[in-house]
Amino acid sequence: MESDEGERLPMSRRPEWSDVTPLPQDDGPDPVVLIDYKQDFTETMDYFRAVYRANERSPRALSLTQEAIRFNPGNYTVWHFRRQILESLDADLHEELDFVECIAKSNSKNYQIWHHRRWVAGKLGTDAAIMELEFTKKILSLDAKNYHAWSHRQWVLQALGGWEDELDFCRKLLKEDIFNNSAWNQRYFVVTRSPFLGGLIGMRDSEVSYTVEAIMANSENESPWRYLRGLYKDDIQSWVNDPKVSSVCLKVLSMKSNFVFALSMLLDLLCHGFRPSEEFREAIGGLRTSDSEPLDSDLGKAICHVLQHVDSMRANYWMWRKSKLPVAV
Amino acid sequence: MPLLFYHIRPEAIPKTRYLMGELAADKHVKYIISIEKKKDNFESVVMEHLRMNGAYWGLTTLDLLGKLDAMMEVLFVGGFAGNIGHDPHILYTLSAVQVLALFDKLDVLDIDKVSNYISGLQNEDGSFSGDIWGEVDTRFSYIAVCCLSILHRLDKVDVDNAVNYIVSCKNLDGGFGCTPGGESHAGQIFCCVGALAITGALHHVDKDLLGWWLCERQVKSGGLNGRPEKLPDVCYSWWVLSSLIMIDRVHWISKEKLVKYILGCQDLENGGISDRPDDAVDIFHTYFGVAGLSLLEYPGLKAIDPAYALPDDVVKRIFFAHRHCRSDLSLARRRLLLKLAVVFCN
Repeated sequence: MESDEGERLPMSRRPEWSDVTPLPQDDGPDPVVLIDYKQDFTETMDYFRAVYRANERSPRALSLTQEAIRFNPGNYTVWHFRRQILESLDADLHEELDFVECIAKSNSKNYQIWHHRRWVAGKLGTDAAIMELEFTKKILSLDAKNYHAWSHRQWVLQALGGWEDELDFCRKLLKEDIFNNSAWNQRYFVVTRSPFLGGLIGMRDSEVSYTVEAIMANSENESPWRYLRGLYKDDIQSWVNDPKVSSVCLKVLSMKSNFVFALSMLLDLLCHGFRPSEEFREAIGGLRTSDSEPLDSDLGKAICHVLQHVDSMRANYWMWRKSKLPVAV
Repeated sequence: MPLLFYHIRPEAIPKTRYLMGELAADKHVKYIISIEKKKDNFESVVMEHLRMNGAYWGLTTLDLLGKLDAMMEVLFVGGFAGNIGHDPHILYTLSAVQVLALFDKLDVLDIDKVSNYISGLQNEDGSFSGDIWGEVDTRFSYIAVCCLSILHRLDKVDVDNAVNYIVSCKNLDGGFGCTPGGESHAGQIFCCVGALAITGALHHVDKDLLGWWLCERQVKSGGLNGRPEKLPDVCYSWWVLSSLIMIDRVHWISKEKLVKYILGCQDLENGGISDRPDDAVDIFHTYFGVAGLSLLEYPGLKAIDPAYALPDDVVKRIFFAHRHCRSDLSLARRRLLLKLAVVFCN
């Protein structure tokens, strides 16, 4: 079934296709815009149109869809017909997974491939869970942020199971690249949705420690800061009162570099009623450049002032934050 | 199956020399016409299924550049596959409807047939599938809502339920993913915010949180990325900017730096815009670059509607020419008020 493009035998010279009359594309009455397709592609699609119109669900039609997909894996109709043939022939779906994997390696951002893969895995049921997690792992080893692979993985977990090692998988990917926002998102997905972990409240302590460590290693990393906030979803009071949250802000501020997200979180904390100690005031005072004005007595204003300067591209945002500050405590 | 055919008038295009930091408008017109005309070098095989989307990208860009009327006339319309011999898919349906709207030819459609096709794709949880095979994605929610609104048939679907599904895809950072729990992505955010804007449900968006996430997408070069720690790409000038405009937060980014970034991605010799400086140009990025500049109010470009992704005058024509449809009319009024508010903010 494998076709090597270099040695491709034209279909018109293949005996098994001699009974089929190819059906050329009908470009309408007055084709002003003609696409000049490659001849091999045109021929394959002409034969495809013929078997599609005849609704021929045969092994040769199945192999024809394979050739057509290799030419253009984005054609919805070819995939659609292939599924109908697979169903009619009651074909071995494990073989189908191998085929999809082969196509996916060079087209890992193609929507149709992933959709087809999901259809096949859904047919195979829970037995396919481990295989599908392995498959996405392979794709993610080539591109750890592939949106389709993550999406497929989330579907597999929810539809077929396999949650047991998922937190560990996230940990491994984050160890490889702590800036990988997709892996942080997956971590949140697991913590909030895994039937085995006890949800946000059960996981909060250990997750906060993990996240604080990640922040201390790279305080310019946007993802763990957002993750930290997400761990207190619907529980703002715990977030404001948890000393682990305010202290990570303070620690980053005292390092005096890459502190934009720390200042931003501190600003959010203040807006939600956090009462800062003198240490916070001193740390923010330490961020001023020598020629700047004296520290504003309103800590929120002082923070916005610093951010306006160090994050000048978003100066308007920080100015707006300043204008929205609650009355000083 | 009939499809859209348009004729390109063989007019001479003036030759102009452009400097860095200036929009090479005529070159882009020339580039678009050259690829719409002879598709043989238009990655013809790979892009074959996107012929209808390609028409939308190219023609909308021409309209924004003020050249649509001069260059094109529609000869024949109908049909909604990506190309002849392909099955219908909601992706191509929207492009077809948008192209017809551009040419003020929506009346050639069998509107009931199209809207029945779309409403038949809504699932029980409010989501939409892309075709009869059931792939679900918030992209399809946007497409369905946008199409039906343009056709004045939003009443054909359960709008509240459609909104609920989109809201279920909201994340801790205020953004949206393709399905519940999916990572926030600027493209998906555009789809979700756009659908919520069209259905008058923007109150579900945490505008300040999402606005901050979106403006964090601007990187040092001035360009925008689609997710944290990803490279900037001209296409996000559309996805991010339009979302920021819909939630009234576009002044939070540096517009000057973004304009400079987009202009730096032009091919000043042969026209067209690429994803990043010095990469190969394509029609997709040419559209997003010009549409982004239009959102940034770059001089000489027509204004584009951030939710419908069509020129403002086209959107006005759609909603004010059909006074019998009250819900859509009030929506158009709301959108106008929103726009005035944006003007005052800036």
